[in-house]
Amino acid sequence: MLTTEIFDLLKAKFPRIAKEEGTSAVIIPKELLLEFGRFIKDAPLIFDDLHCVTAIDKKEKIDLVYIFYSNPLQHSLTLKIYLGPEDPKVESLAAIWKSANWLERETYDLFGVTFLNHPDPRRILNPYDWKGYPLRKNYSAPNFIAKPKL
Amino acid sequence: MAMMERIPAAGLIQKFPGGKFFLASSEAVLKWGKASSLWPMTFGLACCAIEMIATGASRFDIDRFGAGVFRASPRQCDVLIVAGTICVKMSDCVRRLYAQMPEPKYVMAMGNCAISGGIFYHDTYSVVKGTEALGIPVDVYIPGCPPRPENLLLGLMKLQEKILNEENANNRNI
Amino acid sequence: MADLDIKEKKDIFTEEFLINMGPQHPSTHGVLSLELKLDGEMVLECTPHIGYLHRSFEKLAENRTYTQFIPFTDRLDYVASMNNNLGYCMAVENLLKLDITDRAKYIRVIVAELNRIASHLIAIGTFAQDLGAFATPLFYCFREREKIVDIFNEICGNRLTYNYIRIGGVQSDLPKGIEEKIKNFIKYMRSKIDEYDWLLTYNVIFLARAKNIGLLRKDIAINYSVTGPNLRASGVKRDLRKDRPYLVYDKFEFNVPVGVNGDAWDRYKVRIEEMRQSLKIVEQALGSLPQGDPTVKTGRVHKPAAGEAYFRTENPRGELGFYIVSDGSAYPYRLKIRAPSFSNLAVLPELIKDAKIADIVCISGSLDILMGEIDR
Repeated sequence: MLTTEIFDLLKAKFPRIAKEEGTSAVIIPKELLLEFGRFIKDAPLIFDDLHCVTAIDKKEKIDLVYIFYSNPLQHSLTLKIYLGPEDPKVESLAAIWKSANWLERETYDLFGVTFLNHPDPRRILNPYDWKGYPLRKNYSAPNFIAKPKL
Repeated sequence: MAMMERIPAAGLIQKFPGGKFFLASSEAVLKWGKASSLWPMTFGLACCAIEMIATGASRFDIDRFGAGVFRASPRQCDVLIVAGTICVKMSDCVRRLYAQMPEPKYVMAMGNCAISGGIFYHDTYSVVKGTEALGIPVDVYIPGCPPRPENLLLGLMKLQEKILNEENANNRNI
Repeated sequence: MADLDIKEKKDIFTEEFLINMGPQHPSTHGVLSLELKLDGEMVLECTPHIGYLHRSFEKLAENRTYTQFIPFTDRLDYVASMNNNLGYCMAVENLLKLDITDRAKYIRVIVAELNRIASHLIAIGTFAQDLGAFATPLFYCFREREKIVDIFNEICGNRLTYNYIRIGGVQSDLPKGIEEKIKNFIKYMRSKIDEYDWLLTYNVIFLARAKNIGLLRKDIAINYSVTGPNLRASGVKRDLRKDRPYLVYDKFEFNVPVGVNGDAWDRYKVRIEEMRQSLKIVEQALGSLPQGDPTVKTGRVHKPAAGEAYFRTENPRGELGFYIVSDGSAYPYRLKIRAPSFSNLAVLPELIKDAKIADIVCISGSLDILMGEIDR
């Protein structure tokens, strides 16, 4: 299915979603996430593969990015949720896609996005007692030596 | 004969009917034994580990220099080849592995990451800047990213040279 | 006596216990730590701990220009550097909307497929070593790998971290006479893969150790987002080179080998077959290699327009994705690496559960994980 067709189908079901300017991502409000996830997992869209979860720190907000892929239909979808920079919280998708478990843990570890009802809400890459969220733009580490810029 | 050439303090070679014998100080023989049978630990951290395996494999064959017996346990090893980047999470483990090795023990820092952090020196929050930053003394540095197998073999020979010329071998300062 | 017996039986009980495997372990393929809860020989639960090689590539990328980051991609999946270079450069080219020449596309295909063979050789060698075939298969695999390394050494002057594929093409044209060497290698490698078949693939001991071990069902694999040979071994025919052909993959004839059961042996077998297919692709690419300039003239500093791009390529271990966010400057605003091994490792607890302790290394070895790209 083409991206526009997918968007029309989703828009009919969820009137509150929008398209992001400049990219082909679909933006949804965060409280819709679980319902949205269950909907796209089943027919007619069959997004059976949650391919990637990540975040982008845009200082005034944090973009949470999900990339879905469908094996039978071979189409993909980029989903975005805008979160506030202070204590961002969102529902976990680990109950629907198992791959979300580690991908969300990584996002928590590096960005500090808390996933509610996550089965294993720990850090994953950094030591368990690590302080701070390294990929935030305002992060500073004690042994951080910056390279002189060009 | 090869053995005698490598022992610096090897003494007189004497012939007697049916063979030869030679005289050397016991310390020299001990050093020769240590240098010729270094047992490294299978401890691949990152990219350099692949080159370490390649050195152990048939083309370069580290066994020719008596260092081909890669042991999995630190308690059976003489030389720790730090092959790769040491990260903060791994640092305690590296320190403990070094502590578990029996004396006399030697350390080779293979690759730029193990020397100083290499290309991960700047702008990272999770990389330890070299093996010595952990308090582990390094005997031989092997630069390269990753070092070629020939380079690792050269490093090994340098270590053997160092062991053969070591003074006061039994009271090595750590 | 009778009383005593009963009393003793009452006293006999089994207890679960925890053991740690790794991070320094010869069979974990790097610095992976597995926390295993055991009941005798059986594994009740397995918790992988990763991050021992977390080198913060994604933070580094924010402080490097687009070109400066290429050498770092070499160190992500360090046994398939060419494929990583390819994935990253194509993602940036996508962002820049830059077209490359035909010759560059063909050269990229050739080096990427050769590197795929080298990577699978390491996977097979270490897998056999994990199963207890000490050294011999590994040495055989490294013997063949050295031939590929020699070819790469001649092409770009390095043995492991190639940094050959650049934004806008490749570092330099293929050296003279390399075509002949690659052709000779293809002939040589074909006979060697047959040799692996009689040495390992249908070996009774190997079959007994790997067949029906670590069964990965199709639906579980997809749910965990497993990709690459591990997914294909479970019977899903998904290969980006076929599904969404990039470069010039649509011009070549090759099959996508698929497994039946999804056990450790199938995963091994898929890799063996993939090497044959890669040889086929390299042969065809060499036969139709166009003349011309392999590089597009671009500056060293690229400033893509503000925007986002996600690009996936088929790596030897699965689908490698780069999510790049540009803000119009010479530095990426954010670079996310979607590493295939990360998701492939996430499925490990599912496979190890209720397995025998001796099969742990067989299962983890057959997944062909690589810590460099898991921890990043």
